[in-house]
Amino acid sequence: MADEAHGGGGLSFHPMDQFQVKPLFGSYGDPIHWYTVTNVTLWLGLSILAVIALMVLTTSKRDVVPGRGQSIAELMYGFVYKMVEDVTGKDGIKYFPYIMTLFMFILCANFLGLIPMSFTTTSHIAVTAILGFGVFFAVTILGFVKNGASFLGLFWVSSAPLPLRPVLAIIEIISYFVRPVSHSIRLAGNMMAGHAVLKVFAGFAQVAAIAPVAIIGVMAIYGLEVLVSAIQAYVFTILTCVYLKDALHPHH
Amino acid sequence: MADNTNAAAEVAAGAPPGMPQLDVSTFENQIFWLLIALVAIYFVLSRVALPRIAGILAERQGTITNDIAAAEDLKARALEAEAAYDNALSDARAEAQRIAGETKAAIQADLDVAIEKADAEIAAKAAESEKAIAGIRAGAQEAIKEVAKDTAKEIVAHLGGKADARSITTAVTSRMKG
Repeated sequence: MADEAHGGGGLSFHPMDQFQVKPLFGSYGDPIHWYTVTNVTLWLGLSILAVIALMVLTTSKRDVVPGRGQSIAELMYGFVYKMVEDVTGKDGIKYFPYIMTLFMFILCANFLGLIPMSFTTTSHIAVTAILGFGVFFAVTILGFVKNGASFLGLFWVSSAPLPLRPVLAIIEIISYFVRPVSHSIRLAGNMMAGHAVLKVFAGFAQVAAIAPVAIIGVMAIYGLEVLVSAIQAYVFTILTCVYLKDALHPHH
Repeated sequence: MADNTNAAAEVAAGAPPGMPQLDVSTFENQIFWLLIALVAIYFVLSRVALPRIAGILAERQGTITNDIAAAEDLKARALEAEAAYDNALSDARAEAQRIAGETKAAIQADLDVAIEKADAEIAAKAAESEKAIAGIRAGAQEAIKEVAKDTAKEIVAHLGGKADARSITTAVTSRMKG
């Protein structure tokens, strides 16, 4: 039926089908209410389980000399802890659990999305926008609570010559409000593009003549995607740290 | 193929073409479940995982610090023991040198006495021997003189002369001196 619908035996590409939100129980086309259990629910649940497996189960023995699993958990902890400490300073440490939550969620969701036939929650702009705007609002509110009106000094570059300052202020304000957009689109775009390219290459594998090239392409892109998954989690986290630093120390 | 069939069915069912990411009707659902997931992960991490890992790291740091302190203690004790050993060694060496010196001095004294005694004995023996040699030499000269006198007398007699004793003695004595 598929072949008929697409012109009989030709190539049929559906690179975007993998991103469809479907009810887990019932058929496609059923209405999706806010409470409907969908594939989003399933893969978010698996992300939670992955975080638990990675951070809780591995450390259950509390060995002084860590095993493999515990080393990974400690590595993750140390990596994010050091990042928060280096970027935001000592007073940013108390926000470490929130940043760790973001990092672990994005990392696990990205990697789970690399499982064939899986659903990548972080490829959806709705998900990353919540993360990005969540960070944006949290950081902005925190900035005003911590610094009061002097938080606006973030936009007033006092080290620049006076005539330039209003211009710079406008640029700073625009860049500040663009932050959550770029923050969320960067993650969703990377995830979506990579997975779509994988699907396109896989589609070419339907033609026997170029199947080997297509499959090598899939393997190469898959390796790249593994890299991108980790790097995007890192980028999202470190940018969050940078924004947090601006909120805690708004003066240039 | 299952995927393709599915997709075709979806197209037939009137699924919106293009990006599913922009399908606003699924946003509520995604956001709802995302918030639940984030809260769950936050509680798992902040209540269980992070305190536990922080505890493990602190404990390890403590263990390492203790071990280093213990190692330093042991090192200090080893140095102490080494110093004590060196001390004992140098003491023993000095003692040995002292004993060796004393022994050497004692032996030297004994040796000196023995050498002196031996020298004296040797000197006495030498004097005695010299005396004996002198005696023997004197005796030998006398005997030679006698033999020479007798021989001369006999020779003279054989030759037909008659030598008086006194002239022979004088001749022999002069000859022996010469």
